[in-house]
Amino acid sequence: MDPKRPGLVDRLASSNAAMSILVVLLGFLVGTVLLLAVARDPANMYRAVIQVVSGWDLARGTWNSRYIGEWLVASVPLILCGLSMAFAARAGLFNIGAEGQYIVGLTVAQFSAFCLPRVPIFHWAAAIALGMLAAAAWGGIVGFLKAKYSVSEVVATIMMNYVALYGSRYATQFIPGTNTYKTPNFPATARLSNAWLEGLTNNSRLNTGVFLTLAAVLFFWFIMEKTRTGFALRATGFNKDAARCSGINVQRSLTLSMAISGAFAGLAGCIVALGSFGYGRVLAGLDNYGFTGIAVALVGNSAAFGTFLAGLLFGMLQSAQPLMQSRQIPKEVTYIISGLVVVFISLRPGLGLILDARAKAAARRGSLRDE
Amino acid sequence: MSNVFGLVPSILMMASPILIAALGGMISERSGVVNIALEGLMGFGAFTAAAANVLLEGQLGGWSIWLSLALATLVGALISLIHAFASISLNADQVISGTGINLLANGVTVFLCQVIFHHERTDAFRRGMAAGPGGIYPTAYIALALLVAIWHLLYRRPVGLRLRSCGENPQAAAAAGIDVRRLRYWAVFASGALGGLAGGCLVLTQTIEYKENMINGAGFIALAAVSFGRWIPKGVTGAACLFGAAVAFSIYVVNIPALRIFPPEFFSAMPYVITLATLVLFSGKDYAPRASGQPYEKGAS
Repeated sequence: MDPKRPGLVDRLASSNAAMSILVVLLGFLVGTVLLLAVARDPANMYRAVIQVVSGWDLARGTWNSRYIGEWLVASVPLILCGLSMAFAARAGLFNIGAEGQYIVGLTVAQFSAFCLPRVPIFHWAAAIALGMLAAAAWGGIVGFLKAKYSVSEVVATIMMNYVALYGSRYATQFIPGTNTYKTPNFPATARLSNAWLEGLTNNSRLNTGVFLTLAAVLFFWFIMEKTRTGFALRATGFNKDAARCSGINVQRSLTLSMAISGAFAGLAGCIVALGSFGYGRVLAGLDNYGFTGIAVALVGNSAAFGTFLAGLLFGMLQSAQPLMQSRQIPKEVTYIISGLVVVFISLRPGLGLILDARAKAAARRGSLRDE
Repeated sequence: MSNVFGLVPSILMMASPILIAALGGMISERSGVVNIALEGLMGFGAFTAAAANVLLEGQLGGWSIWLSLALATLVGALISLIHAFASISLNADQVISGTGINLLANGVTVFLCQVIFHHERTDAFRRGMAAGPGGIYPTAYIALALLVAIWHLLYRRPVGLRLRSCGENPQAAAAAGIDVRRLRYWAVFASGALGGLAGGCLVLTQTIEYKENMINGAGFIALAAVSFGRWIPKGVTGAACLFGAAVAFSIYVVNIPALRIFPPEFFSAMPYVITLATLVLFSGKDYAPRASGQPYEKGAS
């Protein structure tokens, strides 16, 4: 082999996108083997996945566009929580707190739905703005603690998740007419429902939130790649000391990145509250979008478009769960695949070691030939 | 006052698993590897102990609990090898592989529950661990014994000195002839075993079955106890007892009429708020092992 031209293996290993695809395929492969090992038919898993993405029920030969709508509905919070994780990751922070920031956004949006004046469009727009603001503050606190007191953001965000959960449960009870698990129905002006999208997807819950999500993806890309703020954040992520020496305010970068990161997760909470449900919920537990968001960001390589695609992938797994469960596939196989994907991504540096060894071996062969 | 003394056994019951897991986290971090997977390892341990106890208690009677704990320890140790391989052999980001194990824990355990027990939790076992004199569970004695043993190992044995040196300055340790990677492997293996054991202790004393999200942050609290306890056994023990007390109190509080004016959520959130507050109040980077969280690369300076 000509040592100057990189071979196929080398080119694949140095491409982030190719690695992400490989890792996801590996995850599915292990999931399939696991299902075979416990004597379930893996074909049912794939049928469920195909039905979710295309609307085709292969077993019955029927088509229903509702499944596609529900797939996108499930993907929206995952894309946004992935963006949340990715935004912090680019600044060198590990935001496990998307879950808590999501809850804060959701709770504030639920309150706003009942408290704000019922003016069309203004009502839900203001509810979302308030929810994002609160979530940004919730995330920003952690960034501030990290910058000021060097408190580990990993432990701090996890603690904030539980505080948010119990705080949300407590606060939501104050909405008049709330029982132990739900509030009364939202006023119509607070809802994100979109008659055109519903008609298109056979009355799925698909809503205006999809457009907000697309806007968020563009916003992420623009801020991160095209502005001075984004450059400061990325520089902080690469090397804090170098960033400080070149005049970047690292404390500000850390706080700001966690705040914007929180705003993304908060938007996810607002869209789930006002779009997917017609009423507010007294949360019984974590919705786990924030944790899956970690896997989404890792597969998407913390880039805007990659995270968007990864969110669609994990949304597909999530909305296929009920279909799997009804076909004797334990739905937890989707969690296993997500977990495996993250584990495989963490093993990726191993490829670098292998490539180094290959390069050395090639160099040795080259020098032998010269002699 | 009798009320407050009555709380001691339940404080010990809550604190023991946190302490055991925190000791594991401490060993691992002192060797230079952050083990954020403790939460997931506790999940694996709890599931293993509960499932083994359900399946074995018919045949083995009283011995089944101890065998279940041993199995939980073993499973925790084996799973932690994934983390060890990624973070030590491959120099990977230690937080990512730990998070992977945490995600995997919820999926794998409930998946196996569905396969073995046909619903989303294990069957309930008939007998958990029996409390000893004074209502104190044996897990408290296990935790105490481990505490003494680990203190002795870390501070009174050559291997402890070597392990600590790997976390402070791995290059210097390697120059002194210590196999840094091997010691770190053992440290992560030990923390996995302790994490699994902690999960087993939790499920056998506090509930009657394993179900999703049962660990509910106990592993993360243990992780916080390590840094709040400044990476030394004395401090970690104090932190674990404080967090255990906060958890026990949040459950006990319904029995105190004077405190009913506060909502129950207030007390449920308390352990987490206390953890957060202590992290801010006692934040001090100077106490952390200097090389904790950094991969050791041979030949790098």
